[in-house]
Amino acid sequence: METLLLSRIQFGANISFHILFPTITIALGWVLLFFKLRFAWTQDERWMDAYFFWVKIFALTFAMGVVSGITMSFQFGTNWPGFMETVGNIAGPLLAYEILTAFFLEAVFLGIMLFGFRRVPGWMHTLATFLVAFGTTMSAFWILVLNSWMHTPAGFEMIDGVVHATDWLAIVFNPSMPYRLVHMLLASGLTVAFLIAGVSAYRWLRGDWTSDVRATLSFGIIVAAVLIPVQIFAGDLHGLNTLKHQPQKVAAMEGNWETGPNVPLLLFAIPDQQARENHMEIAIPGGASLILTHSWDGVVPGLNDFVMEDGTILHPNVPAVFWSFRVMVGVGLVMLALSWGAVAFMMRRRMGVWSLPNPMLYALVAMTFSGWVATLAGWYTTEMGRQPWLVQDVLTTSAAVADVPAPMVMTTLLAYLAVYVVLTLIYVGVIFYLAHRKTVTGDIGEEARSPEATADAAAATFARSGA
Amino acid sequence: MDLFGDPGTWLPFAFAFLMGLSILIYVVLDGFDLGVGVLLPLATADEKDRMVASIGPFWDANETWLVLAIGLLLVAFPLAHGVILTALYLPVAVLLIGLVLRGVSFEFRAKAPAAHKRSWNWAFFAGSMMASLSQGFMLGMYVMGLSWTVWNVLFALITAVFLTVGYSFIGAAWLILKAEGDLQRKAVDWAKGGIWGLILGMAAVSLASPLVSDRIFDKWFSLPAFLYLSPLPILSAALVGFLWWKLRRLPMAKDGFAWSPFAAATALFALAFAGMAYSFYPYVVPDKLTIYEAASAPESLFIILIGTLFVLPAILGYTALAYYIFRGKARDLTYD
Ligand code: HDD
Ligand code: HEM
Ligand code: HEM
Repeated sequence: METLLLSRIQFGANISFHILFPTITIALGWVLLFFKLRFAWTQDERWMDAYFFWVKIFALTFAMGVVSGITMSFQFGTNWPGFMETVGNIAGPLLAYEILTAFFLEAVFLGIMLFGFRRVPGWMHTLATFLVAFGTTMSAFWILVLNSWMHTPAGFEMIDGVVHATDWLAIVFNPSMPYRLVHMLLASGLTVAFLIAGVSAYRWLRGDWTSDVRATLSFGIIVAAVLIPVQIFAGDLHGLNTLKHQPQKVAAMEGNWETGPNVPLLLFAIPDQQARENHMEIAIPGGASLILTHSWDGVVPGLNDFVMEDGTILHPNVPAVFWSFRVMVGVGLVMLALSWGAVAFMMRRRMGVWSLPNPMLYALVAMTFSGWVATLAGWYTTEMGRQPWLVQDVLTTSAAVADVPAPMVMTTLLAYLAVYVVLTLIYVGVIFYLAHRKTVTGDIGEEARSPEATADAAAATFARSGA
Repeated sequence: MDLFGDPGTWLPFAFAFLMGLSILIYVVLDGFDLGVGVLLPLATADEKDRMVASIGPFWDANETWLVLAIGLLLVAFPLAHGVILTALYLPVAVLLIGLVLRGVSFEFRAKAPAAHKRSWNWAFFAGSMMASLSQGFMLGMYVMGLSWTVWNVLFALITAVFLTVGYSFIGAAWLILKAEGDLQRKAVDWAKGGIWGLILGMAAVSLASPLVSDRIFDKWFSLPAFLYLSPLPILSAALVGFLWWKLRRLPMAKDGFAWSPFAAATALFALAFAGMAYSFYPYVVPDKLTIYEAASAPESLFIILIGTLFVLPAILGYTALAYYIFRGKARDLTYD
């Protein structure tokens, strides 16, 4: 394999590993703040129990996010020097603002949030929690500004092959930024909602019926049920925006070769880039036209428009974009079905989480990390859909790559991959281990003796015999 | 914007200064974290917990200075960033994997099943070693002009060892400040053992840089520069002498002067750094690329500078707050 391909795989591996953890910390920070404030208002101990359990997972996730993020910031220099040389005048200030306004804020106050509970007054601890959550959201903001600018560049001029900024407002609020920011923040919220619901369902199935598990289980389900329709709506708007600015990406997502009206929505197909057609299509006639133009006979762009006269292909790899898009949407639809199904049970039987049948709890456990799958699939759609460009219409990926010998890139790639696979498995294992340990040694013993818990246990027996 | 003369001149200089400052802060702050990691195998199980606790609230923020330093190199001197990091491709990968191991084992050792704790302690040690050795290696390669010849690599291997021992020294100095009882006494012994790494490392770099480059030789060994510069070596020698003398008397009654080794070590790092900065200025890639040739467009640098001037004092302020909140001897870390 040559250096370009290896460097792309390495960058993709690094950022995929990195994004797993910020996706959790961005929303989990706000959730922890919510738990704390809920406790302050209600004086109900279970919110504090929930806080102390989830803050451990937050700490673990944050550490994973930080160390993988440091790897990211070196990648530009080691593998993509052409990137900063060409667009450094815009990427530079955006990255610098991320470091200055976000990274230090979260890193310093994280120490106070995690270990300062007994050392600082309550209000200051709450403030530190807020600042950490705010910091993670700020870093998402800046990095997404940069990433969106790479998809829909604005506010610049080219002088001697180097990008110079002309209008910073246009750069920050570039056309795809609002959509990407909203979609990503919602993705983070959904990832955390399913994580919390899944881990709580696991503890529940293991017999931990304490009140904090009840609280977090229903919290996760309700947040998921509220966010998923919003996410689907936001995703639709995002797609329309992309249609306007990167039609070749939408053509690849839809697997549509010829520009024209009445384009079907493909549920299944095997796109063949050599033959430039699809095999084994299962389709809804006119569906793609309807979704993208909101009319059955709207015109949808086709991939063949993006092949130059000399045969150069200016559209992305079709099967990759086509399939990752379907994985994301598919996971989104399963999320919708499961969270609304769970809410329906909870409302019909009016017994909160006691009304959830076991298969549904198992499904929630299986979906614990479903947010990761959808988020990665979404990023693959977006990023691979931009190829062969690194910055749309400004800089190609092949022009930015470093001249490092391929075997060297191969060596580091294998080393990173080994570390990442092992650490991701350990991370998932430790989360379930923490849940298990909490179930075995947690405050369950005391609770079981309390009158409330006795009533709970009776209700559980009742609910289970009924189900 | 033209207030101070040509922005094409003073902006690169201002950024070189800021970058140097963040590297120095990083080397001192993460230096002690990494040093504590390097010393870990020498302690008992109970002491290990307290050693880790002594850096718990800080390591993440300390590491962020590296992100800032590399970020400033990236945003202010994009040409140099590419040249330096592609030349140091492999040691950078070792550094990154080391930092990953160190960071995650910090968390995992407290949360994974108790039976795995020993393995995580080893991972913590290994990660700290990898990060320190690779930083020392990169320092050596940089001094030798970033070319991969056999002699340069040998020299870099030597600086790798010296910097690691130097980090373990400042780590021990930190523990003298943060620990009590047996652990504190042990830390004094470790510091006595580690100080030579610092001395030999400083000597190696000070001798090698003028020998490798005539330009650096002339900058130091010409009059009157030699006279202006003489305080640097003299002060360093005085600090080393002070440390030698003080370490024999520590720990003292009522924990007196427990802060002094750490303060002296910080001053030593700063002096060594100032000497290097003087040698290499105005080059950012030794003898190849100056900061003026490598700088980004002035408009973009100006935008960053404004932000930096507002935000940096705030960062320094809340960093000081965090160190103040967690002052005193390290206790067990708990989340509640
Ligand atoms: C700051 C910019 C930036 C940001 C925020 C992201 N990316 Fe990206 N991505 C790039 C900048 C970039 C790049 C530098 O432009 C790459 C490197 C090589 C390339 O082709 O584009 C790239 C490529 C790239 C590839 C390889 C695509 C290919 O070569 O076909 C993948 C899989 C991802 N990215 C995935 C992600 C994920 C999961 C992200 C979520 C955090 C993400 N990217 C955010
Ligand atoms: C090329 C892209 C990226 C680079 C260079 C990068 C760089 C970094 C770095 C250096 C850190 C560690 C900071 C510290 O020491 O605290 C970090 C952490 C973080 N990053 Fe990224 N990042 C990238 C992509 C993203 C994206 C796409 C998001 C979110 C949408 C994101 C969100 C975060 C957050 C929230 C943190 C804080 C740590 C955590 O919460 O786990 N990053 N990133
Ligand atoms: C089910 C309906 C959904 C639709 C219609 C949808 C639509 C889209 C579209 C069109 C893109 C590509 C944006 C581009 O062109 O650059 C995208 C990207 C993305 N999607 Fe979705 N999405 C859906 C569900 C989800 C879910 C459930 C998640 C995660 C929980 C998710 C996470 C992402 C992420 C992280 C990206 C990449 C970042 C971005 O460009 O915003 N999506 N989505």
